[in-house]
Amino acid sequence: MFGLDKKDFRLLLLVAVLVVLAPFLLNPFPEGSAMAQFNAGYPDLMQRFVIFGIFAIGFNILFGLTGYLSFGHAAFLGVGSYAAIWMMKLLTMNVIPAIFVSVIVAGIFSLAVGWISLRRSGIYFSILTLAFAQMSYSLAYSVLTPITGGETGLQPKVTDPRILDGTLANGATPKANLFGLEMGSSFEWSVGGWLFTFNAGYYVAAIVMLVAFYMSIRIFRSPFGMMLRAVKSNQQRLNYTGLNAKPYTLAAFVISGMYAGLAGGLMVAMDTQVGAERMFWTASGEVVLMSILGGVGTLIGPVLGAGAIKYMENILSKINKEILHQWFAFMPDGIEDILVSLVYPFIGKGWHLTLGIIFMLVVIFLPGGLVEGGQRVARLFKRKKPAEDGPDGKTTPAE
Amino acid sequence: MEAIILQILNGLDKGSAYALIALGLTLIFGTLGVVNFAHGALFMIGAFCAVTLSRILTLSHTVVDDTQTDFLGNPLKVDVPYVMDWFGETTGAAIIDWAVPLSILFAIPVMIAIGVIMERGLIKHFYKRPHADQILVTFGLAIVLQEIIKYYYGANPIPTPAPAAFKGSFDFGAMLGFDPNIIIYPYWRIIYFAFAAVIIGAVFAFLQFTTFGMVVRAGMADRETVQLLGINIDRRFTLMFGIAAAVAGLAGVMYTPINSPNYHMGMDFLVLSFVVVVVGGMGSLPGAVAAGFLLGILESFASMREVLAVLPGLNQIIIYLVAIIILLTRPRGLMGRKGVMEE
Amino acid sequence: MSKMNLTRRGVLKTGAIAGAGVAAPTIFTAQSAAAFTNEPTGSSVTLGFNVPQTGPYADEGADELRAYELAVEHLNGGGDGGLMNTFSSKALQGNGIMGKKVEYVTGDTQTKSDAARASARSMIEKDGAVMITGGSSSGVAVAVQALCQEAGVIFMAGLTHSNDTTGKDKKANGFRHFFNSYMSGAALAPILANNYGTDRKAYHLTADYNWGYTTEEAVRTSTEAMGWETVAAVKTPLTQTDFSSYIAPVLQSGADVLVLNHYGGNMVNSLTNAVQFGLRDKLVNNKNFEIVVPLYSRLMAKGAGANVKGIFGSTNWHWSLQDEGSKAFVKSFGTKYGFPPSQAAHTCYVQAMLYADAVERAGSFNPCAVAEALEGFEFDGMGNGPTLYRAEDHQCFKDVLVVKGKENPTSEFDLLEIVEVTPVSQVTYDASIFGGELGSCNPGA
Repeated sequence: MFGLDKKDFRLLLLVAVLVVLAPFLLNPFPEGSAMAQFNAGYPDLMQRFVIFGIFAIGFNILFGLTGYLSFGHAAFLGVGSYAAIWMMKLLTMNVIPAIFVSVIVAGIFSLAVGWISLRRSGIYFSILTLAFAQMSYSLAYSVLTPITGGETGLQPKVTDPRILDGTLANGATPKANLFGLEMGSSFEWSVGGWLFTFNAGYYVAAIVMLVAFYMSIRIFRSPFGMMLRAVKSNQQRLNYTGLNAKPYTLAAFVISGMYAGLAGGLMVAMDTQVGAERMFWTASGEVVLMSILGGVGTLIGPVLGAGAIKYMENILSKINKEILHQWFAFMPDGIEDILVSLVYPFIGKGWHLTLGIIFMLVVIFLPGGLVEGGQRVARLFKRKKPAEDGPDGKTTPAE
Repeated sequence: MEAIILQILNGLDKGSAYALIALGLTLIFGTLGVVNFAHGALFMIGAFCAVTLSRILTLSHTVVDDTQTDFLGNPLKVDVPYVMDWFGETTGAAIIDWAVPLSILFAIPVMIAIGVIMERGLIKHFYKRPHADQILVTFGLAIVLQEIIKYYYGANPIPTPAPAAFKGSFDFGAMLGFDPNIIIYPYWRIIYFAFAAVIIGAVFAFLQFTTFGMVVRAGMADRETVQLLGINIDRRFTLMFGIAAAVAGLAGVMYTPINSPNYHMGMDFLVLSFVVVVVGGMGSLPGAVAAGFLLGILESFASMREVLAVLPGLNQIIIYLVAIIILLTRPRGLMGRKGVMEE
Repeated sequence: MSKMNLTRRGVLKTGAIAGAGVAAPTIFTAQSAAAFTNEPTGSSVTLGFNVPQTGPYADEGADELRAYELAVEHLNGGGDGGLMNTFSSKALQGNGIMGKKVEYVTGDTQTKSDAARASARSMIEKDGAVMITGGSSSGVAVAVQALCQEAGVIFMAGLTHSNDTTGKDKKANGFRHFFNSYMSGAALAPILANNYGTDRKAYHLTADYNWGYTTEEAVRTSTEAMGWETVAAVKTPLTQTDFSSYIAPVLQSGADVLVLNHYGGNMVNSLTNAVQFGLRDKLVNNKNFEIVVPLYSRLMAKGAGANVKGIFGSTNWHWSLQDEGSKAFVKSFGTKYGFPPSQAAHTCYVQAMLYADAVERAGSFNPCAVAEALEGFEFDGMGNGPTLYRAEDHQCFKDVLVVKGKENPTSEFDLLEIVEVTPVSQVTYDASIFGGELGSCNPGA
């Protein structure tokens, strides 16, 4: 179906079902219960899951297939975001032109960066991309302040031109919308103790993400994808067969830059604000971590990695000492204090520590990332046949 | 003219910090083939060795001073360091004053130990793994190390001044016949430069003129053959990792009087030191040192207001701009070898 | 049986849930029965404390969080009541806000606008916070303020010093108690002229981003009005750690004052470097070379150590103030935590109190009612003397402190001494000079 074989189609279907049902799946605990702290089914985080999923999927097309490790991908995300917000300020608050232009602009920028950076390979390539990204960040934060807003970034203002939109009602603020459907509008459903939020913006982003995911499967399975894998396994041999690898790698680079731009455009569509920190090298590092944590070169891995990191960033950091005391309140006083002091360094302001430890554990014990972890668990349950014939690209992580 | 001399001095001084960090990084890469993202963290831990020693030296007992009051109006509690009790006030104060130079002695064994433990406990298992895995695991380690430091020392910078004897600055200009106060340079920064030169020289001499160094160099060139000759190269490489950690750590110790150390100073240097190493050429020790000084000097020139008046924002991007130009004109950096880290 | 979810989480939290079944959903952004976003309906109200917990400002964030916890304790009737005893408005009873117990959620801004907005959105969307407060930089303040305007909750800014927050980026739902660059310049200039004379030549080093620009501008204009000359102004990158190449050329330029428009880590490093170069021991134009730091904080002074001695700067508040409000705050903070509060802690505590008081006086949590109660509100007893929350730009106008690094500190907290309390009349400016559009308040829903 859709030009996919059975296994891939099943994977796509699985992802689609997960994405559609995310508001339920991510809110497993009733409101007001102690575990509600771990619920992630609120619009902002769900949007971030799919947006960073797109970012990581795109990054994986470059890194997973060709093995070229870009350390400057956040720059494309940032450039896409700036393009999108300017479209919103100048043209219309409708998200379609904003997203469209963000992809185009990021594509052009990545073409320029890729054309130069791909003249080198290995770590030299990584440093070149890093250099471009850091220059973009530094300039956006300082000298380019008139265009980028610098430190305070850009937001839509009531006084913006927005030539396609009608004048706002008095007192109204400009809001991102899709032909009138506001991205921030939600539909809430409470059942028993549970509260489920269905957010318009989330579903718009989710549909885009499914399309992006579908395209990435097609790329993985296409002759073009095969060529990219050939670049990764032995570029020299490829050259000896008379093929020039550069157009292929450049195409992969631009596609992956456009994915990043798409993610940047969606970020603005969901939350109308851009700041230069989005392009800092740690943001580029984050997408590398997402891919590796999830499983490089696998289809679903980067999405899982993106979800895991964003979950930690947003949920762990919000647990404070008082909440801990509530959790352990049933314990005798002395033990409660000991437990709290044992857990405290790892949550709230210590969430970075947990993140670091998890990276180390995953890399040491699960080189194939979370996907490999899932496979190991699956293998434990069905002892039948070792998964040597699993769907290609899903069970063979990066070599 | 004066301005140019000054910026060359600045460049040498900045460059010596870059070169020291890049030297250790290259040493690890050249010997073990490992891309160590935790190297910045080692620099930071070195700096906190100095902080720790000065904390140890100022371990105090409190004396209540009834003549003064604290912010709540209670009698003021004054901390009296034990060293002052033991050695008398002047000697005690002098020991505390010299905490940073004393930390060198303290930091060398600590850093070698940390380096060896790190190599044996973690890095060893990653020799055969892809560079991406090495980067991720050492990056994870760097985060863990800096969060541990933050947990104990807080996020705020901690002032660790140089001994009073090195306060102030030296007037180069007067020596060279310029007007006084035109070309001045702080004593401690001059010391830092000299210190870096000594360390760099010592590392090169060690590799060049000792049997141990000769074996290590042979191992860098062809690890398998050296092993076939019956030499336990792994043990030597482990020690080299310890030495590289010590070089980074000493760079950190000596840096503390220049800028107050904080827990993320390693991350601030990490990207920069990688750029330096790559511009120098992966695996080349002289390349790393040369690139360190080159980038330091260029960065200093880019920060002159005469330059900024023509090209605003150049100081923001100069390092990266130079890196791009060098990598495009010299494929493997200044002195890199073919085939290293290119796949 | 079915149930309309009209009032979001408040209802659910109180457990007033009738039971399972097919719910009849509503779209809350359309007209629903709730009058405004996150209207608290149960016995408690949730506030969102969004402070930097990781990154370079983590210690400042930790101090802000301490202040908020103290404020919540006092609002709920615990502790010694703190500033509630000295506050000129007596609306607060110590029984929560409007009888509702105050609860709070915390988040990490990471001093990045994206992370700060993500954290604030989770507080609004997930935890049902009706007010967001905190932060330690202007970038974050402006970003979160815009978010709160959109979402329809009140934003009480924490530490943010840029003119933009209540200038070109002001919003009807956002309020700032902290002072700004303009006030720093206006307060500092006369003191500098008194101490250093009126024929000085100044050299500016300026952090290369919005806050740096506005601060340089403010100090320049006000010192030039006193007769000073600005020799040069050089911009330094935010990521710079070693400022030697910017400081070395200062003496050559013939300048005799160095103004460091830096904050946080930048300021600690640039001041340390400047002192290292021995600038303050030099004699230029037959005058002692001097250094000025427009915005001081105690945590930065602590980071720079002995280097701050004798250096002038301005600050929003300092614990050594001797008015009743300041003494009461230092006492309850110091008793609870064992050390005196920083200015960040003070402004955050005061903001939380002012919000609670405004709700009481308005008789509603509705952002529009709260904003109306805050606009033009005059109060006293909060540590800065008589203060006005100006209606035109939601900026507080109060006395500004000019401080100096103390020569002989008695403890690690006793680093600054107050030189002068500049009266509010001297730092007041016209609301329109920075542009920007306040808009109208947005209650959400």
